[in-house]
Amino acid sequence: MKFTARTLWHIPLVLLGLTMLMPLFLMFTTSLGTARMALDPGESLWHIFIPRMWRWHNYVDVLRGNVGLDPRHPAQVDFLRYYANSVVVAIGVTLGHVLTSACAAYAFARLRWPGRDRIFLAYLATMMVPVPVTLIPQFAIIKHIPEWLQVIIPWVNWTGLRYLGTSATAPLIGRLAGMDSFFSLIVPGMFSAYGTFLLRQFLLTIPRELDEAARIDGATHWQTFSRVILPLARPGLATLAIFTYMGAWSNLIWPLVVLNLESMYTLPLGMQEFQGQSGTQWHLMMGASLLVVLPVIVVFFIGQRSFIRGLTVGAVKG
Amino acid sequence: MKPRNGAQSDLRPALAFLAPNLLGFVLFTAAPVLISLYLCFNSWDVLRPPHWVGFGNFTRLLGFHFTPQGWRASDPDFWRYLWNTFFLLLALPLGIAGSLVMALILNQKLRFLNIYRLVFFLPSILYGVAIFYLWKYMFQPDYGLFNALLGKLGLKPLGWLDDPHLAKPSLILMMLWLTAGGAGMIVYLAALQTVPEELHEAARIDGANRWQQFWAVTWPALKPATFFNLTMGLIWGLQSSFDVAYIMTDGGPYGSTTTLGYYLYLKAFRFFEMGYASAIAWVIFFITLVLTLVEWRRSGGVQV
Repeated sequence: MKFTARTLWHIPLVLLGLTMLMPLFLMFTTSLGTARMALDPGESLWHIFIPRMWRWHNYVDVLRGNVGLDPRHPAQVDFLRYYANSVVVAIGVTLGHVLTSACAAYAFARLRWPGRDRIFLAYLATMMVPVPVTLIPQFAIIKHIPEWLQVIIPWVNWTGLRYLGTSATAPLIGRLAGMDSFFSLIVPGMFSAYGTFLLRQFLLTIPRELDEAARIDGATHWQTFSRVILPLARPGLATLAIFTYMGAWSNLIWPLVVLNLESMYTLPLGMQEFQGQSGTQWHLMMGASLLVVLPVIVVFFIGQRSFIRGLTVGAVKG
Repeated sequence: MKPRNGAQSDLRPALAFLAPNLLGFVLFTAAPVLISLYLCFNSWDVLRPPHWVGFGNFTRLLGFHFTPQGWRASDPDFWRYLWNTFFLLLALPLGIAGSLVMALILNQKLRFLNIYRLVFFLPSILYGVAIFYLWKYMFQPDYGLFNALLGKLGLKPLGWLDDPHLAKPSLILMMLWLTAGGAGMIVYLAALQTVPEELHEAARIDGANRWQQFWAVTWPALKPATFFNLTMGLIWGLQSSFDVAYIMTDGGPYGSTTTLGYYLYLKAFRFFEMGYASAIAWVIFFITLVLTLVEWRRSGGVQV
């Protein structure tokens, strides 16, 4: 490598990079130490980067929810349950959001019907409305949904609590709809003006000749949509899927508002439990944090290109 | 098969394709907007049905009344939290400046650029509760990383989140780490690709130094990207202030980090004043709208 003035630019770049990475290294090294080590920064700052010890067993404690000092009551945090809940919710929201958005985008981008542009404008207008405005009414609607369903489908008990399965420590109790249900965690996140808008813009870039050819060959709209449009729209779908997944995974306020039962908690809510009565178990908290961000990193590396493309939609012309 | 410009429309298939999304849109977006409009003129504690109070919520929220000591705000908390919200929004221009600097450095022909970009970008995708706990840990006065670093430099430890004067700047510091290398930087990098090299060439021939070139050529060309970053950051920043306050400070100490978003949550879900909270929501919406319009006018109405 030649040494030129240009090489000097690596100095600020490396320093910036270290600033970005240092907290993440601290998360990792703290998660491998003892509770006491987490409360003592130590003599050498190198321990941010090189663990003072390698207690992988901490991760077993995290997964078992073993936060207390009392070995007779090992599990106080049902971490695995929260993890499973989060996975179910994030995947459910992602699949639902991509599917409903793609269908709506097809109707807006490819079909001709009266009132289309006006309804699309109504969609766009609501993109300006911030989350705080819709939060309280959404809560009120979710609260009342079981009553409405009871009227429509009277032979199912919509309001009662029911047993949904077991975990390591406690049975999973939830409802079918309304508060404390997977329905309320997943369904409201499945529709957005943003997703429809993003995919409509994407579908408009697919040449019309392709699906018109399919129509001429006698394909139904559903066949055209599922066999021609969806495969061609895959990059757009991937972009939307990644954004939705990351948003759903880190969503805190919605689960907080619609959940009372601990067994339904998702990770952002469940992580609070590592702040025990006897002070936060920081080494376990950092281990849990690492396990929480891990799937996000994995998804990001898989879909890096789609992700970056999505960020610049609407930002740069040409 | 349908004629291209025939009178026949695809209404029936369109309805079928649109139905799921439209139903959800009406139930979870359109109806909530209308309900929220209704609620902000009502008093509602969830248990009893709402009752109409007219502009009562807004006069209580924004109003002033005369006392022997002079004019007093009806809800002094609101004005404090409004100030907090604006103070914390400082993270936005600072973050955008950081994004620009990083994008400019990354826009050169250097080795390992992809790795640098990836590392800078990493914090922003991890945004969420896990990272808030990490920063809460680093801010701990007794054993946190920041005070350990200060100690190594021979400086006195600080209170960080426990200090009412330092809590907001501490949160801004965290937001900078989280956002500077994120979407804003990527948008700037993409925009920098569109700046024509000839313009730089021409400026150089006219004798402009690097600094002058930046202000005369690069900065104007980045205007749409800056507008985009500011607008998105504004909308996002006013909405997302809730998570940070909830996890890291619970709005404290002494309400010094309670933003309007968190105030709304407290009013709605701790004190069950849903009507009042809805009024706060519309004030947040109004602030977002005004700030966006001001920024749009200032930037000469760029099309994005």
